[in-house]
Amino acid sequence: MIAVKEKENEGVYLSSFREVEEKLAHGSPSWLQAIRREAVEVFAERGFPTTKDEEWRFTSVAPIAGKAFKPGRHELTPALRQAILGHAMADLDCPRLVFLNGHYCEELSSAATLPKGVRAGSLGEALRSEGAALEAHLARYADYRDHSFVALNTAFLEDGAFVEIPKGVILEKPLQLLFVSEAGNGLVVSHPRNLILVGRESQATIIETFVGLDSATSAGLKPAATPATTAATEGVYFTNAVTEIAVEEGAHVHYIKVQQESSRSFHYARMQVQQERSSSVTTHSFALGGALIREEVRAVLDGEGAEAVLNGLYVLTGSQHVDNHTLIDHAKPHCGSREFYKGVLDGRSSAVFNGAIKVRQDAQKTDSKQSNKNLLLSEDAIINTKPQLEIYADDVKCTHGATIGHIDSEAIFYLRSRGIALAEARNLLTYAFANDVLGRIQYEPLRQRLDRELFTRLGETGRPEEA
Amino acid sequence: MLKIRNLKAKVGSNEILHGINLDVKAGEVHAIMGPNGSGKSTFAQVLAGRDTYEVTGGEATYEGKDLLAMSPEERAREGIFMAFQYPVEIPGVSNTYFLRSALNAMRKHRGLPEYDAMDFLARVREKVKLLDMDEALLNRSVNEGFSGGEKKRNEIFQMAVLEPKLAILDETDSGLDIDALKIVASGVNALRSPERGIIVVTHYQRLLNYIVPDFVHVLYNGRIVKSGGKELALELEEKGYGWLEESVPAGQTA
Ligand SMILES: Nc1ncnc2c1ncn2[C@@H]1O[C@H](COP(=O)(O)OP(=O)(O)O)[C@@H](O)[C@H]1O
Ligand SMILES: [Mg+2]
Repeated sequence: MIAVKEKENEGVYLSSFREVEEKLAHGSPSWLQAIRREAVEVFAERGFPTTKDEEWRFTSVAPIAGKAFKPGRHELTPALRQAILGHAMADLDCPRLVFLNGHYCEELSSAATLPKGVRAGSLGEALRSEGAALEAHLARYADYRDHSFVALNTAFLEDGAFVEIPKGVILEKPLQLLFVSEAGNGLVVSHPRNLILVGRESQATIIETFVGLDSATSAGLKPAATPATTAATEGVYFTNAVTEIAVEEGAHVHYIKVQQESSRSFHYARMQVQQERSSSVTTHSFALGGALIREEVRAVLDGEGAEAVLNGLYVLTGSQHVDNHTLIDHAKPHCGSREFYKGVLDGRSSAVFNGAIKVRQDAQKTDSKQSNKNLLLSEDAIINTKPQLEIYADDVKCTHGATIGHIDSEAIFYLRSRGIALAEARNLLTYAFANDVLGRIQYEPLRQRLDRELFTRLGETGRPEEA
Repeated sequence: MLKIRNLKAKVGSNEILHGINLDVKAGEVHAIMGPNGSGKSTFAQVLAGRDTYEVTGGEATYEGKDLLAMSPEERAREGIFMAFQYPVEIPGVSNTYFLRSALNAMRKHRGLPEYDAMDFLARVREKVKLLDMDEALLNRSVNEGFSGGEKKRNEIFQMAVLEPKLAILDETDSGLDIDALKIVASGVNALRSPERGIIVVTHYQRLLNYIVPDFVHVLYNGRIVKSGGKELALELEEKGYGWLEESVPAGQTA
């Protein structure tokens, strides 16, 4: 049993863990049960991070810690089905796995067109049927012993996607993992856990999308809610996701994450990439929705000649807060990494970019470049950007740069002098700033979808014309 | 079509235009000449609505409307076009997209249907030819990486597409070789018509051999100190701007 101090905020998870422990254990391999227990102890010990923690200096998770989130329902009602299928992100013209409040939803999933030998389905299912095969990978890359949220996810690890691409297979189309949250009256938590194994010399694009069914969409799902019943908790949920991606020698992976949670939600996610020799991984992280978001991408270049490219775009309005923490760990020589993150901040939004690059003693000839560019559309927006270099090898090339800028008033005037309205001119320039990150997405249907999303969002931020 | 009375403008506490008077009627071409720093660009930018410059006095009416009360985009939609002395580079916005947005903004303003990408391209092709432009420039970002000459030509190309009623060209000739100058001039001359007014701002008389003005005004220290016919440009060319210092009464040069 857990023999550590229970902090006020953590208590709800600990008692919830005790409640579900038995259910989780049922049909689970014993090694996993041991990991879950260890993880819950880590969480009980560490508690939620505070801003005194250097890694969380600019991001207070008090709004998450202070709420008693509970697992949500995951039965597919006809109305939910309709709402999910109607979502723009459910129409990417590629095989997909759908998850509702963290649980696999077979009825809406369609992985039949994947090449022979490729497995894609529920992690929970895989654990029950062939748990032993996963032991070498699951929870081996994303370390739960030094991180509260990863520990919490691991303690409640139950379902998510399990994808295995055998040696030498090329996926013609991306595989989409669609995570839908439907919070209803709110305070719903999910802990999606994904394990992606990409075999030697294989090639794949995987699209991970997180969407919330907003109150407008979910309105049809409930008996007509009168304004009086619109609780403060309505639509409030917390997604706590961990994805582990293990990439074997010579494999090529594009991993695209699109976070479009609804406006009152909280989102923590770790994308943990482990790369073998001569593999290449490009990640894309689009943080568009949510109220309080922490996106962590970590890549370990654990074989000579491996390459990682981390792209990111965050577009914030209102009082949104996004914290991007990335870590590229150069563990072996002759590896390259590139990192391009861009942010657009409007209103009273705030963002953090912390790009850590670690070059181990062994990792000679490391070639690493990092750039973070920010466009502030409002005087009240705040950005904290910081590279964090830890270099123990002596023959390396590491460069980094960060910029924070405002919209160019000369360019605005130029556009206006040609008849383009002020608001449109601002949108055009903002879009131009963000556009090249979208341009890096090679799957056209997704690129177009995001393009449209970006335009709509910028439309929202466009100011009324000055008199 | 344009009537300017005693127009004054400043930047910060620095008054640059000290009271300009000018009348431009439809069908006329006016040249404004003057040495560096005399306020030519300030004048052009004020007419286009640049808010860096604060208008501190005077009036400007355009087709009977109060020009100074209009936003830059309203002026453009009402038919005013200013070719920039230093066109701005806008990375990430394609020339075509930009120009189509501009053209559609005008068309919408006039109650005309907007052009789709195809219509637009068809319309633009002839203007590309007129200005002997490299069509590849259309798909590049606005002015980004353009040479000085390409930027100037792009300004005139935009003008040709937008077909303004009042065009103000700010030193469009400077930095152009003679071939480019002729092309630019023919683009401007193609626009000349009884319904249009053109103001050509230039430092040199050379351009006026190709765009022959009806009137020439000399701007000096923020004032129009001399006006005349096209022969004034020649006189100025011959005597140099130094001539002004002698001929303008001392009280006016301050
Ligand atoms: N944005 C500005 N800020 C400060 N001073 C300016 C600005 N624009 C113009 N000026 C000043 O106003 C005067 C006139 O400049 P300008 O209109 O560019 O002259 P011209 O185009 O005739 O060379 C110059 O002394 C110049 O330094
Ligand atoms: Mg000038």
